[in-house]
Amino acid sequence: MAVLSHHIGRWTGYRVNGVGLASFAVVLAWAIVAIAAPWITPHGVGEIVDYDYFGPLTAKFPLGTDYLGRDMLSRVLMGARYTVGISLAAVAIACFAGVSLGMAAAVMGGWADSALSRLLDALNSIPSKLFGLVVVAGVGSSIPVLIMTLAIIYTPGAFRFARALAVNVNTMDFITVARIRGESLGYLIGSEILPNIVGPVFADVGLRFVFIVLLLSGLSFLGLGVQPPNADWGALVRENIGGLSFGAPAVMAPSLAIASLTIGVNLLIDNLPQKIRDRSA
Amino acid sequence: MKARIPSLIAGRLLIALFTMVVVSFTVFAATAILPGDVVEILLGQAATPEAVAGLRTAMHLDEPALVRFGHWLAGLATGDLGTSYANHLPIAQLIGGRLVSSLKLAGLTALFSVPIALTLGITAAAMRGSIYDRTVSMLTIGVISVPEFMVATSAVLIFAVWLKWLPALSIARDVSTFGELLKIYAMPIMTLSFVISAQMIRMTRAAVIEALQSPYVEMAILKGASPARVVLRHALPNAIGPIVNAVALSLSYLLGGVIIVETIFNYPGIAKLMVDAVATRDLPLIQTCAMIFCLVYLLLTTTADILAILANPRLR
Repeated sequence: MAVLSHHIGRWTGYRVNGVGLASFAVVLAWAIVAIAAPWITPHGVGEIVDYDYFGPLTAKFPLGTDYLGRDMLSRVLMGARYTVGISLAAVAIACFAGVSLGMAAAVMGGWADSALSRLLDALNSIPSKLFGLVVVAGVGSSIPVLIMTLAIIYTPGAFRFARALAVNVNTMDFITVARIRGESLGYLIGSEILPNIVGPVFADVGLRFVFIVLLLSGLSFLGLGVQPPNADWGALVRENIGGLSFGAPAVMAPSLAIASLTIGVNLLIDNLPQKIRDRSA
Repeated sequence: MKARIPSLIAGRLLIALFTMVVVSFTVFAATAILPGDVVEILLGQAATPEAVAGLRTAMHLDEPALVRFGHWLAGLATGDLGTSYANHLPIAQLIGGRLVSSLKLAGLTALFSVPIALTLGITAAAMRGSIYDRTVSMLTIGVISVPEFMVATSAVLIFAVWLKWLPALSIARDVSTFGELLKIYAMPIMTLSFVISAQMIRMTRAAVIEALQSPYVEMAILKGASPARVVLRHALPNAIGPIVNAVALSLSYLLGGVIIVETIFNYPGIAKLMVDAVATRDLPLIQTCAMIFCLVYLLLTTTADILAILANPRLR
Protein backbone atom coordinates (compact mmCIF):
# COMPACT_ATOMS: atom_id res chain seq x y z
CA MET A 1 0.00 0.00 0.00
CA ALA A 2 2.77 2.41 0.92
CA VAL A 3 4.55 1.73 -2.36
CA LEU A 4 1.35 2.12 -4.31
CA SER A 5 0.45 5.43 -2.64
CA HIS A 6 4.01 6.64 -3.28
CA HIS A 7 3.65 5.88 -7.00
CA ILE A 8 0.27 7.58 -7.21
CA GLY A 9 1.69 10.53 -5.34
CA ARG A 10 4.49 10.93 -7.89
CA TRP A 11 2.16 10.36 -10.80
CA THR A 12 -0.60 12.84 -9.91
CA GLY A 13 1.33 15.38 -7.87
CA TYR A 14 -0.96 14.84 -4.87
CA ARG A 15 0.30 13.33 -1.63
CA VAL A 16 -1.95 10.39 -0.76
CA ASN A 17 -1.84 7.92 2.13
CA GLY A 18 -2.85 4.30 2.63
CA VAL A 19 -6.09 4.91 4.55
CA GLY A 20 -7.19 7.47 1.97
CA LEU A 21 -6.47 5.05 -0.85
CA ALA A 22 -8.29 2.16 0.83
CA SER A 23 -11.37 4.27 1.59
CA PHE A 24 -11.32 5.59 -1.98
CA ALA A 25 -11.33 1.97 -3.19
CA VAL A 26 -14.37 1.17 -1.00
CA VAL A 27 -16.32 4.22 -2.19
CA LEU A 28 -15.38 3.56 -5.83
CA ALA A 29 -16.45 -0.08 -5.48
CA TRP A 30 -19.93 0.93 -4.22
CA ALA A 31 -20.23 3.48 -7.03
CA ILE A 32 -19.47 0.78 -9.60
CA VAL A 33 -21.91 -1.62 -7.91
CA ALA A 34 -24.61 1.07 -7.96
CA ILE A 35 -24.18 1.52 -11.72
CA ALA A 36 -23.66 -2.11 -12.69
CA ALA A 37 -26.07 -3.74 -10.19
CA PRO A 38 -28.53 -5.33 -12.66
CA TRP A 39 -25.72 -7.08 -14.54
CA ILE A 40 -23.73 -8.43 -11.59
CA THR A 41 -26.42 -9.81 -9.27
CA PRO A 42 -26.01 -13.61 -9.15
CA HIS A 43 -29.77 -14.24 -8.75
CA GLY A 44 -32.92 -12.31 -9.64
CA VAL A 45 -33.66 -9.63 -7.03
CA GLY A 46 -37.27 -10.68 -6.48
CA GLU A 47 -36.70 -14.37 -7.21
CA ILE A 48 -37.26 -16.86 -4.39
CA VAL A 49 -34.27 -19.16 -4.70
CA ASP A 50 -34.20 -21.04 -1.41
CA TYR A 51 -36.92 -22.99 0.39
CA ASP A 52 -35.35 -22.04 3.70
CA TYR A 53 -35.78 -18.47 4.91
CA PHE A 54 -33.18 -16.46 6.86
CA GLY A 55 -30.56 -18.92 5.57
CA PRO A 56 -26.96 -18.83 6.81
CA LEU A 57 -23.89 -17.83 4.81
CA THR A 58 -23.25 -20.54 2.20
CA ALA A 59 -21.16 -20.81 -0.96
CA LYS A 60 -24.30 -20.51 -3.09
CA PHE A 61 -25.73 -17.56 -1.11
CA PRO A 62 -22.70 -15.68 0.26
CA LEU A 63 -24.83 -13.34 2.42
CA GLY A 64 -27.55 -15.87 3.26
CA THR A 65 -31.20 -15.55 2.27
CA ASP A 66 -33.91 -13.13 3.39
CA TYR A 67 -37.33 -13.61 5.00
CA LEU A 68 -38.81 -15.02 1.79
CA GLY A 69 -35.76 -17.08 0.79
CA ARG A 70 -34.39 -14.55 -1.71
CA ASP A 71 -30.65 -14.17 -2.27
CA MET A 72 -29.37 -11.48 0.09
CA LEU A 73 -26.21 -10.66 -1.93
CA SER A 74 -28.30 -9.78 -4.98
CA ARG A 75 -30.62 -7.64 -2.88
CA VAL A 76 -27.77 -5.76 -1.19
CA LEU A 77 -26.09 -5.12 -4.57
CA MET A 78 -29.36 -3.82 -5.99
CA GLY A 79 -30.02 -1.81 -2.80
CA ALA A 80 -26.76 0.08 -3.45
CA ARG A 81 -28.44 1.54 -6.49
CA TYR A 82 -31.23 3.16 -4.43
CA THR A 83 -29.13 4.20 -1.45
CA VAL A 84 -26.26 5.66 -3.48
CA GLY A 85 -28.43 7.01 -6.31
CA ILE A 86 -31.04 8.81 -4.18
CA SER A 87 -28.41 10.19 -1.82
CA LEU A 88 -26.23 11.44 -4.68
CA ALA A 89 -29.13 13.17 -6.39
CA ALA A 90 -30.23 14.76 -3.10
CA VAL A 91 -26.74 15.91 -2.14
CA ALA A 92 -26.20 17.38 -5.62
CA ILE A 93 -29.39 19.46 -5.38
CA ALA A 94 -28.82 20.44 -1.74
CA CYS A 95 -25.24 21.54 -2.27
CA PHE A 96 -25.92 23.30 -5.56
CA ALA A 97 -28.77 25.29 -4.01
CA GLY A 98 -27.08 25.83 -0.66
CA VAL A 99 -23.69 26.84 -2.03
CA SER A 100 -25.13 29.19 -4.69
CA LEU A 101 -27.44 30.87 -2.16
CA GLY A 102 -24.65 31.04 0.41
CA MET A 103 -22.25 32.76 -1.99
CA ALA A 104 -25.00 35.08 -3.22
CA ALA A 105 -25.90 36.03 0.37
CA ALA A 106 -22.26 36.78 1.17
CA VAL A 107 -21.78 38.91 -1.94
CA MET A 108 -25.07 40.81 -1.62
CA GLY A 109 -24.81 41.39 2.13
CA GLY A 110 -27.29 43.70 3.86
CA TRP A 111 -30.91 42.77 4.37
CA ALA A 112 -30.94 40.07 1.67
CA ASP A 113 -28.18 38.26 3.53
CA SER A 114 -29.91 38.62 6.91
CA ALA A 115 -33.28 37.49 5.56
CA LEU A 116 -31.84 34.42 3.82
CA SER A 117 -29.72 33.49 6.84
CA ARG A 118 -32.60 33.82 9.31
CA LEU A 119 -35.01 31.85 7.15
CA LEU A 120 -32.62 29.00 6.45
CA ASP A 121 -31.47 28.88 10.08
CA ALA A 122 -35.09 28.52 11.08
CA LEU A 123 -35.55 25.66 8.61
CA ASN A 124 -32.40 24.10 9.99
CA SER A 125 -33.94 23.93 13.45
CA ILE A 126 -36.47 21.31 12.44
CA PRO A 127 -34.99 17.94 13.40
CA SER A 128 -34.20 16.16 10.12
CA LYS A 129 -35.95 12.87 10.79
CA LEU A 130 -39.05 14.72 11.91
CA PHE A 131 -39.11 16.81 8.73
CA GLY A 132 -38.94 13.58 6.71
CA LEU A 133 -41.80 12.06 8.71
CA VAL A 134 -44.01 15.11 8.27
CA VAL A 135 -43.45 15.35 4.51
CA VAL A 136 -44.00 11.65 3.93
CA ALA A 137 -47.19 11.87 5.98
CA GLY A 138 -48.42 14.81 3.92
CA VAL A 139 -47.30 13.92 0.40
CA GLY A 140 -46.63 10.18 0.49
CA SER A 141 -43.36 8.46 -0.27
CA SER A 142 -41.93 8.14 -3.77
CA ILE A 143 -38.39 8.43 -5.02
CA PRO A 144 -38.70 12.00 -6.39
CA VAL A 145 -40.37 13.14 -3.12
CA LEU A 146 -37.58 11.50 -1.12
CA ILE A 147 -34.88 13.20 -3.20
CA MET A 148 -36.51 16.62 -2.88
CA THR A 149 -37.18 16.22 0.85
CA LEU A 150 -33.61 15.15 1.59
CA ALA A 151 -32.33 18.01 -0.58
CA ILE A 152 -34.47 20.60 1.26
CA ILE A 153 -33.42 19.25 4.67
CA TYR A 154 -29.72 19.59 3.89
CA THR A 155 -29.75 22.86 1.93
CA PRO A 156 -29.54 25.12 5.04
CA GLY A 157 -26.40 23.34 6.26
CA ALA A 158 -24.68 23.72 2.89
CA PHE A 159 -25.81 27.36 2.80
CA ARG A 160 -24.35 28.15 6.19
CA PHE A 161 -21.05 26.45 5.36
CA ALA A 162 -20.61 28.13 1.96
CA ARG A 163 -21.66 31.53 3.30
CA ALA A 164 -19.09 31.41 6.08
CA LEU A 165 -16.34 30.66 3.56
CA ALA A 166 -17.57 33.18 1.00
CA VAL A 167 -17.76 35.99 3.56
CA ASN A 168 -14.01 35.64 4.08
CA VAL A 169 -13.24 35.68 0.35
CA ASN A 170 -15.63 38.59 -0.15
CA THR A 171 -13.35 40.93 1.83
CA MET A 172 -10.44 40.38 -0.58
CA ASP A 173 -9.18 43.12 -2.86
CA PHE A 174 -9.80 41.23 -6.10
CA ILE A 175 -13.51 41.11 -5.27
CA THR A 176 -13.58 44.86 -4.76
CA VAL A 177 -11.80 45.26 -8.11
CA ALA A 178 -14.32 43.02 -9.84
CA ARG A 179 -17.20 44.95 -8.26
CA ILE A 180 -15.78 48.26 -9.45
CA ARG A 181 -15.39 46.77 -12.93
CA GLY A 182 -19.16 46.36 -12.75
CA GLU A 183 -19.28 42.57 -12.91
CA SER A 184 -22.64 40.85 -12.44
CA LEU A 185 -23.61 38.82 -9.34
CA GLY A 186 -23.37 35.60 -11.37
CA TYR A 187 -19.83 36.39 -12.46
CA LEU A 188 -18.73 37.33 -8.94
CA ILE A 189 -20.10 34.10 -7.54
CA GLY A 190 -19.02 31.72 -10.27
CA SER A 191 -15.66 33.11 -11.36
CA GLU A 192 -14.29 34.98 -8.35
CA ILE A 193 -15.58 33.28 -5.20
CA LEU A 194 -16.28 29.66 -6.13
CA PRO A 195 -12.74 28.82 -7.34
CA ASN A 196 -11.40 29.96 -3.97
CA ILE A 197 -13.68 27.83 -1.81
CA VAL A 198 -14.09 24.76 -4.02
CA GLY A 199 -11.83 22.49 -1.94
CA PRO A 200 -13.64 22.81 1.41
CA VAL A 201 -17.00 22.80 -0.39
CA PHE A 202 -16.06 19.48 -1.97
CA ALA A 203 -15.24 18.04 1.47
CA ASP A 204 -18.56 19.39 2.78
CA VAL A 205 -20.44 17.66 -0.06
CA GLY A 206 -18.94 14.38 1.09
CA LEU A 207 -19.99 14.89 4.72
CA ARG A 208 -23.48 15.89 3.71
CA PHE A 209 -23.68 12.79 1.52
CA VAL A 210 -23.00 10.71 4.65
CA PHE A 211 -25.76 12.51 6.59
CA ILE A 212 -28.18 11.94 3.72
CA VAL A 213 -27.34 8.23 3.47
CA LEU A 214 -27.96 7.90 7.22
CA LEU A 215 -31.25 9.81 7.12
CA LEU A 216 -32.50 7.95 4.04
CA SER A 217 -31.65 4.63 5.69
CA GLY A 218 -33.40 5.75 8.87
CA LEU A 219 -36.57 6.74 6.99
CA SER A 220 -36.57 3.51 4.99
CA PHE A 221 -36.06 1.59 8.20
CA LEU A 222 -39.21 3.23 9.59
CA GLY A 223 -41.01 2.14 6.41
CA LEU A 224 -41.30 5.70 5.11
CA GLY A 225 -38.49 5.73 2.57
CA VAL A 226 -38.10 3.56 -0.53
CA GLN A 227 -41.28 1.51 -0.93
CA PRO A 228 -41.59 -2.20 -1.80
CA PRO A 229 -40.99 -3.97 -4.14
CA ASN A 230 -37.88 -1.78 -4.39
CA ALA A 231 -35.60 -1.74 -1.40
CA ASP A 232 -32.61 0.35 -0.37
CA TRP A 233 -30.35 -0.78 2.46
CA GLY A 234 -32.53 0.71 5.20
CA ALA A 235 -35.62 -1.03 3.80
CA LEU A 236 -33.68 -4.32 3.61
CA VAL A 237 -32.96 -4.10 7.35
CA ARG A 238 -36.63 -3.34 8.00
CA GLU A 239 -38.05 -6.24 6.01
CA ASN A 240 -35.64 -8.70 7.62
CA ILE A 241 -35.88 -7.39 11.19
CA GLY A 242 -37.82 -10.55 12.14
CA GLY A 243 -34.59 -12.50 11.72
CA LEU A 244 -32.85 -10.47 14.42
CA SER A 245 -33.76 -12.90 17.18
CA PHE A 246 -32.05 -15.76 15.27
CA GLY A 247 -29.04 -13.56 14.46
CA ALA A 248 -29.79 -13.94 10.71
CA PRO A 249 -27.11 -12.51 8.39
CA ALA A 250 -29.92 -10.89 6.37
CA VAL A 251 -30.27 -8.23 9.13
CA MET A 252 -26.62 -7.39 9.51
CA ALA A 253 -25.54 -7.51 5.83
CA PRO A 254 -27.33 -4.31 4.70
CA SER A 255 -26.35 -2.54 7.95
CA LEU A 256 -22.71 -3.39 7.31
CA ALA A 257 -23.08 -2.15 3.72
CA ILE A 258 -24.30 1.23 5.03
CA ALA A 259 -21.48 1.37 7.59
CA SER A 260 -18.82 0.56 4.98
CA LEU A 261 -20.09 3.33 2.70
CA THR A 262 -20.44 6.03 5.37
CA ILE A 263 -17.20 5.21 7.19
CA GLY A 264 -15.46 4.96 3.79
CA VAL A 265 -16.61 8.44 2.73
CA ASN A 266 -15.73 9.90 6.17
CA LEU A 267 -12.22 8.45 6.08
CA LEU A 268 -11.77 9.50 2.45
CA ILE A 269 -12.54 13.11 3.36
CA ASP A 270 -10.30 13.03 6.43
CA ASN A 271 -7.44 11.75 4.28
CA LEU A 272 -7.93 13.89 1.20
CA PRO A 273 -4.63 15.31 -0.02
CA GLN A 274 -3.92 18.56 1.81
CA LYS A 275 -3.66 20.31 -1.54
CA ILE A 276 -7.35 19.66 -2.33
CA ARG A 277 -8.72 20.28 1.17
CA ASP A 278 -7.04 23.62 1.75
CA ARG A 279 -7.79 25.14 -1.57
CA SER A 280 -9.34 28.23 -0.07
CA ALA A 281 -8.24 31.79 0.37
CA MET B 1 -20.43 45.52 29.79
CA LYS B 2 -23.04 43.98 32.11
CA ALA B 3 -25.89 45.28 30.02
CA ARG B 4 -24.83 43.22 27.01
CA ILE B 5 -25.87 39.86 28.43
CA PRO B 6 -29.61 40.60 28.82
CA SER B 7 -29.78 42.11 25.34
CA LEU B 8 -27.92 39.15 23.80
CA ILE B 9 -30.26 36.72 25.54
CA ALA B 10 -33.32 38.72 24.52
CA GLY B 11 -32.07 38.62 20.91
CA ARG B 12 -31.64 34.86 21.11
CA LEU B 13 -35.17 34.42 22.49
CA LEU B 14 -36.55 36.58 19.69
CA ILE B 15 -34.81 34.40 17.13
CA ALA B 16 -36.30 31.34 18.84
CA LEU B 17 -39.77 32.84 18.59
CA PHE B 18 -39.31 33.67 14.90
CA THR B 19 -38.00 30.15 14.32
CA MET B 20 -41.07 28.69 16.00
CA VAL B 21 -43.33 30.61 13.61
CA VAL B 22 -41.37 29.45 10.53
CA VAL B 23 -41.33 25.89 11.86
CA SER B 24 -45.04 25.81 12.56
CA PHE B 25 -45.75 27.19 9.11
CA THR B 26 -43.51 24.58 7.50
CA VAL B 27 -45.11 21.74 9.46
CA PHE B 28 -48.56 23.00 8.54
CA ALA B 29 -47.68 23.53 4.87
CA ALA B 30 -46.08 20.11 4.49
CA THR B 31 -49.15 18.35 5.87
CA ALA B 32 -51.71 20.56 4.14
CA ILE B 33 -50.52 20.23 0.54
CA LEU B 34 -53.07 17.57 -0.36
CA PRO B 35 -56.28 18.42 1.52
CA GLY B 36 -58.64 16.52 -0.82
CA ASP B 37 -56.81 13.32 -0.19
CA VAL B 38 -57.52 13.36 3.53
CA VAL B 39 -61.27 13.49 3.17
CA GLU B 40 -61.29 10.70 0.60
CA ILE B 41 -59.06 8.55 2.78
CA LEU B 42 -61.31 9.18 5.79
CA LEU B 43 -64.48 8.29 3.95
CA GLY B 44 -62.95 5.36 2.09
CA GLN B 45 -65.68 3.46 0.24
CA ALA B 46 -68.34 5.98 1.24
CA ALA B 47 -66.67 8.83 -0.65
CA THR B 48 -69.63 10.09 -2.64
CA PRO B 49 -69.17 13.65 -3.98
CA GLU B 50 -71.80 14.99 -1.52
CA ALA B 51 -70.17 13.28 1.46
CA VAL B 52 -66.75 14.57 0.44
CA ALA B 53 -68.04 18.13 0.11
CA GLY B 54 -69.93 17.89 3.43
CA LEU B 55 -67.00 16.58 5.41
CA ARG B 56 -64.71 19.12 3.82
CA THR B 57 -66.94 21.93 5.10
CA ALA B 58 -67.23 20.31 8.51
CA MET B 59 -63.45 20.10 8.79
CA HIS B 60 -62.99 23.68 7.53
CA LEU B 61 -60.95 22.32 4.61
CA ASP B 62 -62.81 24.57 2.16
CA GLU B 63 -61.33 27.68 3.79
CA PRO B 64 -58.11 29.18 2.46
CA ALA B 65 -54.92 27.60 3.79
CA LEU B 66 -53.82 30.73 5.65
CA VAL B 67 -57.12 30.91 7.57
CA ARG B 68 -56.78 27.25 8.52
CA PHE B 69 -53.21 27.93 9.65
CA GLY B 70 -54.52 30.73 11.88
CA HIS B 71 -57.23 28.47 13.36
CA TRP B 72 -54.68 25.78 14.03
CA LEU B 73 -52.17 28.12 15.70
CA ALA B 74 -54.91 29.67 17.86
CA GLY B 75 -56.01 26.15 18.85
CA LEU B 76 -52.46 25.19 19.81
CA ALA B 77 -52.01 28.35 21.85
CA THR B 78 -55.23 27.79 23.84
CA GLY B 79 -54.48 24.13 24.47
CA ASP B 80 -57.12 22.84 22.05
CA LEU B 81 -55.11 20.29 20.10
CA GLY B 82 -57.98 19.02 18.00
CA THR B 83 -59.18 15.45 17.49
CA SER B 84 -57.46 12.54 15.83
CA TYR B 85 -58.72 11.49 12.37
CA ALA B 86 -58.10 7.83 13.04
CA ASN B 87 -59.99 7.18 16.27
CA HIS B 88 -61.75 10.49 17.00
CA LEU B 89 -60.16 10.85 20.42
CA PRO B 90 -58.97 14.26 21.65
CA ILE B 91 -55.28 14.55 20.79
CA ALA B 92 -54.38 15.87 24.25
CA GLN B 93 -55.67 12.61 25.71
CA LEU B 94 -53.70 10.48 23.22
CA ILE B 95 -50.48 12.34 23.81
CA GLY B 96 -50.49 12.89 27.58
CA GLY B 97 -49.28 9.51 28.85
CA ARG B 98 -47.07 8.91 25.84
CA LEU B 99 -45.22 12.17 26.36
CA VAL B 100 -44.48 11.24 29.98
CA SER B 101 -43.09 7.85 28.87
CA SER B 102 -40.84 9.49 26.30
CA LEU B 103 -39.60 12.11 28.74
CA LYS B 104 -38.86 9.33 31.23
CA LEU B 105 -36.79 7.53 28.60
CA ALA B 106 -34.96 10.72 27.62
CA GLY B 107 -34.36 11.75 31.23
CA LEU B 108 -32.96 8.36 32.24
CA THR B 109 -30.73 8.37 29.16
CA ALA B 110 -29.37 11.80 30.00
CA LEU B 111 -28.81 10.83 33.64
CA PHE B 112 -26.87 7.80 32.50
CA SER B 113 -24.91 9.08 29.52
CA VAL B 114 -23.88 12.62 30.51
CA PRO B 115 -21.47 11.63 33.34
CA ILE B 116 -19.98 8.76 31.31
CA ALA B 117 -19.55 10.87 28.17
CA LEU B 118 -17.97 13.78 30.06
CA THR B 119 -15.54 11.46 31.85
CA LEU B 120 -14.54 9.78 28.58
CA GLY B 121 -14.22 13.08 26.71
CA ILE B 122 -12.13 14.79 29.39
CA THR B 123 -9.83 11.82 30.01
CA ALA B 124 -9.36 11.31 26.25
CA ALA B 125 -8.37 14.95 25.86
CA ALA B 126 -6.00 14.76 28.84
CA MET B 127 -4.29 11.70 27.36
CA ARG B 128 -4.33 13.05 23.82
CA GLY B 129 -2.56 10.84 21.30
CA SER B 130 -2.45 7.79 23.58
CA ILE B 131 -3.87 4.43 22.58
CA TYR B 132 -6.80 5.11 24.93
CA ASP B 133 -7.55 8.41 23.17
CA ARG B 134 -7.30 6.87 19.73
CA THR B 135 -9.58 3.97 20.73
CA VAL B 136 -12.21 6.36 22.11
CA SER B 137 -11.99 8.56 19.00
CA MET B 138 -12.25 5.61 16.60
CA LEU B 139 -15.28 4.23 18.49
CA THR B 140 -17.08 7.58 18.53
CA ILE B 141 -16.48 8.13 14.80
CA GLY B 142 -17.73 4.59 14.21
CA VAL B 143 -20.96 5.19 16.16
CA ILE B 144 -21.56 8.55 14.45
CA SER B 145 -21.10 7.10 10.97
CA VAL B 146 -23.64 4.30 11.29
CA PRO B 147 -27.43 4.66 11.41
CA GLU B 148 -29.12 4.54 14.84
CA PHE B 149 -30.97 1.40 13.95
CA MET B 150 -27.68 -0.39 13.43
CA VAL B 151 -26.58 0.52 16.96
CA ALA B 152 -29.94 -0.78 18.19
CA THR B 153 -29.90 -4.03 16.20
CA SER B 154 -26.28 -4.69 17.20
CA ALA B 155 -27.19 -4.15 20.86
CA VAL B 156 -30.11 -6.59 20.57
CA LEU B 157 -27.90 -9.11 18.79
CA ILE B 158 -25.17 -8.96 21.43
CA PHE B 159 -27.09 -8.59 24.69
CA ALA B 160 -30.40 -10.29 23.97
CA VAL B 161 -29.58 -12.95 21.35
CA TRP B 162 -26.03 -14.03 22.11
CA LEU B 163 -25.59 -13.23 25.80
CA LYS B 164 -29.31 -13.53 26.71
CA TRP B 165 -28.94 -10.94 29.49
CA LEU B 166 -31.84 -8.71 28.55
CA PRO B 167 -35.25 -8.92 26.91
CA ALA B 168 -35.30 -7.65 23.31
CA LEU B 169 -38.61 -5.81 23.67
CA SER B 170 -39.47 -3.23 26.25
CA ILE B 171 -43.03 -3.28 27.48
CA ALA B 172 -43.57 -0.74 30.20
CA ARG B 173 -45.87 -2.75 32.42
CA ASP B 174 -45.98 -2.15 36.18
CA VAL B 175 -42.51 -2.44 37.55
CA SER B 176 -42.05 -2.84 41.28
CA THR B 177 -38.34 -3.39 41.80
CA PHE B 178 -35.39 -1.38 40.60
CA GLY B 179 -33.95 -4.51 38.98
CA GLU B 180 -37.00 -4.99 36.78
CA LEU B 181 -36.97 -1.34 35.80
CA LEU B 182 -33.34 -1.64 34.80
CA LYS B 183 -33.99 -4.73 32.71
CA ILE B 184 -36.87 -3.21 30.74
CA TYR B 185 -35.29 0.15 30.10
CA ALA B 186 -31.77 -1.20 29.61
CA MET B 187 -31.82 -1.81 25.85
CA PRO B 188 -33.49 1.46 24.74
CA ILE B 189 -31.40 3.52 27.15
CA MET B 190 -28.19 1.80 26.14
CA THR B 191 -28.84 2.40 22.44
CA LEU B 192 -29.79 6.04 22.93
CA SER B 193 -26.80 6.58 25.20
CA PHE B 194 -24.44 5.26 22.55
CA VAL B 195 -25.92 7.60 19.97
CA ILE B 196 -25.77 10.80 22.03
CA SER B 197 -22.59 9.98 23.96
CA ALA B 198 -20.58 9.76 20.75
CA GLN B 199 -21.45 13.38 19.91
CA MET B 200 -20.90 14.55 23.47
CA ILE B 201 -17.52 12.82 23.80
CA ARG B 202 -16.26 14.37 20.56
CA MET B 203 -17.37 17.89 21.46
CA THR B 204 -16.10 17.66 25.07
CA ARG B 205 -12.74 16.32 23.89
CA ALA B 206 -12.40 19.14 21.37
CA ALA B 207 -13.29 21.80 23.99
CA VAL B 208 -10.81 20.50 26.56
CA ILE B 209 -8.05 20.14 23.95
CA GLU B 210 -8.58 23.73 22.91
CA ALA B 211 -8.26 24.88 26.52
CA LEU B 212 -5.15 22.72 26.98
CA GLN B 213 -3.43 24.47 24.08
CA SER B 214 -3.74 27.91 25.67
CA PRO B 215 -0.74 29.82 27.07
CA TYR B 216 -1.94 29.71 30.69
CA VAL B 217 -1.96 25.92 30.59
CA GLU B 218 1.58 25.93 29.23
CA MET B 219 2.48 28.22 32.14
CA ALA B 220 0.89 25.81 34.63
CA ILE B 221 2.85 22.92 33.13
CA LEU B 222 6.09 24.93 33.26
CA LYS B 223 5.64 25.80 36.91
CA GLY B 224 5.43 22.07 37.60
CA ALA B 225 1.75 21.37 38.23
CA SER B 226 0.78 17.69 37.97
CA PRO B 227 -1.12 16.63 34.80
CA ALA B 228 -4.30 16.00 36.82
CA ARG B 229 -4.08 19.46 38.38
CA VAL B 230 -3.45 21.09 34.99
CA VAL B 231 -6.57 19.47 33.53
CA LEU B 232 -8.92 19.80 36.51
CA ARG B 233 -7.90 23.18 37.97
CA HIS B 234 -6.62 25.11 34.97
CA ALA B 235 -8.14 23.79 31.74
CA LEU B 236 -11.55 22.50 32.84
CA PRO B 237 -13.03 25.69 34.38
CA ASN B 238 -12.37 27.50 31.12
CA ALA B 239 -13.84 24.71 29.01
CA ILE B 240 -17.07 24.55 31.06
CA GLY B 241 -18.95 26.86 28.68
CA PRO B 242 -18.30 24.86 25.51
CA ILE B 243 -18.88 21.60 27.39
CA VAL B 244 -22.28 22.64 28.74
CA ASN B 245 -23.13 23.82 25.23
CA ALA B 246 -22.03 20.42 23.90
CA VAL B 247 -24.23 18.60 26.43
CA ALA B 248 -27.34 20.60 25.48
CA LEU B 249 -26.67 20.13 21.76
CA SER B 250 -26.07 16.40 22.17
CA LEU B 251 -29.32 16.05 24.07
CA SER B 252 -31.08 17.50 21.03
CA TYR B 253 -29.79 14.46 19.09
CA LEU B 254 -31.98 12.43 21.44
CA LEU B 255 -34.95 13.34 19.23
CA GLY B 256 -33.68 11.56 16.12
CA GLY B 257 -32.56 8.62 18.22
CA VAL B 258 -35.86 8.40 20.09
CA ILE B 259 -37.85 7.96 16.87
CA ILE B 260 -35.80 4.90 15.86
CA VAL B 261 -35.40 3.46 19.34
CA GLU B 262 -39.10 3.65 20.28
CA THR B 263 -39.99 1.94 17.01
CA ILE B 264 -37.47 -0.86 17.23
CA PHE B 265 -38.10 -1.65 20.91
CA ASN B 266 -41.84 -1.08 20.70
CA TYR B 267 -41.65 1.50 23.47
CA PRO B 268 -45.01 3.25 24.01
CA GLY B 269 -43.75 6.83 23.69
CA ILE B 270 -44.72 9.84 21.63
CA ALA B 271 -42.32 9.07 18.77
CA LYS B 272 -43.91 5.66 18.26
CA LEU B 273 -47.30 7.36 18.33
CA MET B 274 -46.14 9.72 15.59
CA VAL B 275 -44.66 7.00 13.36
CA ASP B 276 -47.93 5.07 13.67
CA ALA B 277 -49.85 8.26 12.87
CA VAL B 278 -47.80 8.66 9.67
CA ALA B 279 -48.81 5.15 8.64
CA THR B 280 -52.51 6.04 9.04
CA ARG B 281 -52.01 9.63 7.74
CA ASP B 282 -53.59 11.02 10.89
CA LEU B 283 -52.60 14.61 10.10
CA PRO B 284 -53.74 16.53 13.24
CA LEU B 285 -51.92 14.04 15.44
CA ILE B 286 -48.77 14.30 13.29
CA GLN B 287 -48.87 18.10 13.35
CA THR B 288 -49.15 18.20 17.14
CA CYS B 289 -46.41 15.61 17.69
CA ALA B 290 -44.15 17.46 15.23
CA MET B 291 -44.73 20.75 17.07
CA ILE B 292 -43.91 19.14 20.42
CA PHE B 293 -40.69 17.72 18.99
CA CYS B 294 -39.67 21.02 17.42
CA LEU B 295 -40.45 22.88 20.64
CA VAL B 296 -38.26 20.54 22.70
CA TYR B 297 -35.50 20.74 20.10
CA LEU B 298 -35.64 24.53 19.99
CA LEU B 299 -35.68 24.67 23.80
CA LEU B 300 -32.49 22.62 23.95
CA THR B 301 -30.61 24.51 21.23
CA THR B 302 -31.68 27.89 22.64
CA THR B 303 -30.60 26.78 26.13
CA ALA B 304 -27.25 25.74 24.63
CA ASP B 305 -26.81 29.16 23.03
CA ILE B 306 -27.80 31.07 26.17
CA LEU B 307 -25.48 28.96 28.33
CA ALA B 308 -22.67 29.68 25.89
CA ILE B 309 -23.38 33.43 26.23
CA LEU B 310 -23.50 33.20 30.04
CA ALA B 311 -20.31 31.14 30.22
CA ASN B 312 -18.26 33.58 28.17
CA PRO B 313 -16.38 35.67 30.76
CA ARG B 314 -15.58 38.35 28.17
CA LEU B 315 -19.28 39.30 28.10
CA ARG B 316 -19.55 39.61 31.87
